[in-house]
Amino acid sequence: MSENKCKCGCNKKDEFLEKVFSEYKPIKDNLIQILNEVQDHYGYIPVHAQTAISEFLNMPMAEIYGVITFYSRFTLKPKGKYNIAVCLGTACFVKGSQKIMDRLKEKLGIEAGETTPDGKFSIEETRCVGACGLAPVFTVNGEVYGKATVQKLDQVLDKLKEKVD
Amino acid sequence: MKTLEELHKIREDKRKELDLRVNTKADTQEKHILVCHGTGCTSSKSPEIVENFRKILKEKNIENVRVIKTGCFGLCAKGPIVIIRPEDTFYAMVTPDDCEEIINTHIIEGKTVERLLCKDIGNKVVNSLDELSFYKKQKRIALKNCGVINPEDIDEYIAFDGYLALEKVLKEMTPDEVVKEVSDSGLRGRGGAGFPTGKKWEFTKVAQGDKKYVACNADEGDPGAFMDRSILEGDPHAIIEAMAIAAYAVGADEGYIYVRAEYPIAVQRLRIAIKQAEEYGILGKNIFGTDFNFDLSIRLGAGAFVCGEETALLESVEGRRGQPRIKPPFPANAGLWQKPTLINNVETYANIAQIILKGAEWYSSIGTETSKGTKVFALGGNVNNIGLVEVPMGTTLREIIFDIGGGIPGGREFKAAQTGGPSGGCIPAKYLDTPIDYESLKEIGSMMGSGGLIVMDDTKCMVSLSKFYLDFTVSESCGKCTPCRFGTKRMHEILTNLCEGKGTLEDIDKLEKLAHNIIKSSICGLGQTAPNPVLSSLKYFRDEFEEHAVDKKCRTQECKALAKITIDPEKCKGCGLCQKSCPVAAIKGEGRDKREIDQSICIKCGTCIKSCPFKAIS
Repeated sequence: MSENKCKCGCNKKDEFLEKVFSEYKPIKDNLIQILNEVQDHYGYIPVHAQTAISEFLNMPMAEIYGVITFYSRFTLKPKGKYNIAVCLGTACFVKGSQKIMDRLKEKLGIEAGETTPDGKFSIEETRCVGACGLAPVFTVNGEVYGKATVQKLDQVLDKLKEKVD
Repeated sequence: MKTLEELHKIREDKRKELDLRVNTKADTQEKHILVCHGTGCTSSKSPEIVENFRKILKEKNIENVRVIKTGCFGLCAKGPIVIIRPEDTFYAMVTPDDCEEIINTHIIEGKTVERLLCKDIGNKVVNSLDELSFYKKQKRIALKNCGVINPEDIDEYIAFDGYLALEKVLKEMTPDEVVKEVSDSGLRGRGGAGFPTGKKWEFTKVAQGDKKYVACNADEGDPGAFMDRSILEGDPHAIIEAMAIAAYAVGADEGYIYVRAEYPIAVQRLRIAIKQAEEYGILGKNIFGTDFNFDLSIRLGAGAFVCGEETALLESVEGRRGQPRIKPPFPANAGLWQKPTLINNVETYANIAQIILKGAEWYSSIGTETSKGTKVFALGGNVNNIGLVEVPMGTTLREIIFDIGGGIPGGREFKAAQTGGPSGGCIPAKYLDTPIDYESLKEIGSMMGSGGLIVMDDTKCMVSLSKFYLDFTVSESCGKCTPCRFGTKRMHEILTNLCEGKGTLEDIDKLEKLAHNIIKSSICGLGQTAPNPVLSSLKYFRDEFEEHAVDKKCRTQECKALAKITIDPEKCKGCGLCQKSCPVAAIKGEGRDKREIDQSICIKCGTCIKSCPFKAIS
C-alpha cells in the first residue's frame, strides 16, 4: 500500500489508517463506516486518506468524493481549534438561535462551514443536538452551552480568544 | 452464555433487588439515587453529579446507597434531574455542588432538601414524580423503562420482564402467530407515515428469498425531535429484543440498526447492549436452545435527513449516497442487497415486546378507532415543560401543551403548534381540542411525523418559520429528482423575498402552485411532504403572508428587513446623537430639530436605538 503515507512531510506510514483497515473487510459497504472513523480522528477527511481508502476498497476516488460531499458530517477542510456549532433545529430556532448564529458570523467574520484564516475558530450549523430543554444551544468542541444569549456567546468567545492567544 | 433457567433466576433475584425503583413501599434498607443521563441532562453536567455523589458516599463510608445513571425522565426543562428511591423524591436543576447537601440532609438526616424540589404549574412545590402535572396524563409504554433502569446493565432490563417476550415467541408461538398478534394490536409505524406494522411484517414474511434482513431506522433527522434518541439511550435492550422477535416472525437472521453518528451516547449504549446480549446468548446462534439465529450490527449515519426515508437508508447502509430508490419494489421484497427487508422505526419496535406479553387486545384498547396505543412527543419551543411526553392516541393538543406542558411562558398567547417537522404543518389555536391521531392531523393539514411538537407563541412570524423549514429541505434534498431539488429552492427564494419585503401577491399564488406540483411529482417522502409547512401556514395564516407582500409589514418584527425604526417626536429632544451614530447617514434634521429617519436609506442596524439617551427610538 504505497499510497498510505502521512502527508505532513514526515513520510511515515499513517498508522491510524493501517489500524482502521485492519478492522474492516475491504468491501464497498464499509465506506461510510471508515469515513466516520477518519472524520472522528482527523476532524476532516484528508486527501491522503481518500486515496488510501480508494485503494483499500478498490473503488474510484470520484465515488468516494461523492459520498463525502453528500453527508454533512464529513468535511474536506480541517475545522478550527475551536469549532463552534450553533443548533438550528426547530426548538432552538423558535427560541432565537438564528440571532446567535448571526452574531457569531459577525464576530468571527466567517460564514457557517468556514474556518478563520488563522485556523483558530470554525462555525458549524447543526440540526438538533438533543438538548432541546436548554434551547437555544451552541456547542464548543462538543461541550454544550445552553439557554444561550448573544451576551453569553460574547463572553464565551472572549474567553476562548484569551485562551488561544 | 446463559441458559433459560439462569435467565429466570437473574430475573427473579434482580426484580426483588430493584423493587424499590417502582414501589415506594419496598421492603429495603437500600436507597438508589437515580441521575438522568440523557443527552439533555448530560450536557448540563449530570456526569459530574454522579461522580460527586459517589465520591462523597465513599468519603463518608455510606453503604447501602447506590448511584445509578438512567435514561431520560422526560422533563428536560428541569434538568439535571435526580430522583431518590424508594421514596421517589424528585430534585430538579441539581448542580454538582448540591450533592453534598443532598447526601447530608436527605440520606443521612432523612429530611427533604426543600430548595431543590420541583415547582409545578402555579408554583406548587411537589415531592415526587407522580405528583407533577407533567406526568399525570401520560401513559408510558415505549418509555416504560426510561428513567427506571440503568441502560448499561442487561440484568436490570431482564428484571423488568426483559427478554421474556422473546422467550415466549421462540418457545410458544409460530411466526404466523407473532405477525397476527402485531397486526391485531393495530400498531402503526411511528416514523411518521403510520403504515400498519403488522402488514409490513406480513409482506416481508411472505416475500420469497433465501436470505432476509430486519432493520431499525434510528436516523432521527427531524430537527427538534428526540424520542428515538431517548429510547435508545434509556432502554436499548427493548429495541434489540423487538428486532429479534421481528426477525423470528419474518424469517430473517441478520439485523442492522442505522443510527445517527450525532447521537454518541445512544450509539455507545447500543454497542454495550449488543455486546451484553451476545454474551448472554440472546444474540447469536441457537437462541434459547432453539434453531433461531440472529446477529445484529450497528451502521452509523453521517448527517443526511433524507436517510430517514427507508430506501435512502438502505442505500446508506450499503455504503452509498443516501438517495431514495423508486418504489416499487418495496423493501419487503427488495431491500438490503436486494433481499426482503423489514424496516421499522425505533419507537415502533419499543412497543413490540409489550404487545407480545400483554396481548393485542390490551394494546388495541388504548387510543382511537384508527390509531392504537400511545405516541411519544418531543415537546419543545415556547412551552414551559420542555421534554418528552408519551400520551395515548386521541389526547388533544390542549392537554399536551397546557396540562402536561404547563402552557406558554412569559404570559404570551399560543399561536401555533408544529407537528411532523419539515414534513408536517402548523396547527392554529382553533384546533387545540382536536384529538390527535394519524387521520385527524392529516385532515387539518399536518401529520403525525416522528413526533416533534414545537409550540410557538405570538412573537413568531409564520412566513419566516416557513422559510426556516424550506431552508432545511433545500439543504437536505438529496438532488435525485428535479421537483424537489429545484422546486424547494424556488419556494425558498419566494419566501426570502417575502421576508425581505420584495414579494408580491402573485408570488404567494406561485408559491402555492409550486408547492402542489412538488407534492405531486417528487419521488420520495421528503419531496412529497416538503411543501407541507408552507401550505399549512398559508391555509391558516394567509393574512400574514399578504401583509408581508402588500403592506411590507411583519407584525412580529421578526423579519428584520421589514422592521421599521422610527423616532418618537414626543420624546426626541433634538440632541443629534443618533445622527452621529448612524453609519449610513439616514437620519435627517439640523440643530435642535426633531430628527427623522429616511426609511429608504436606513439599514435597520439598530445603532441609533442604543445611542438615544431618551429612549425615543424604537
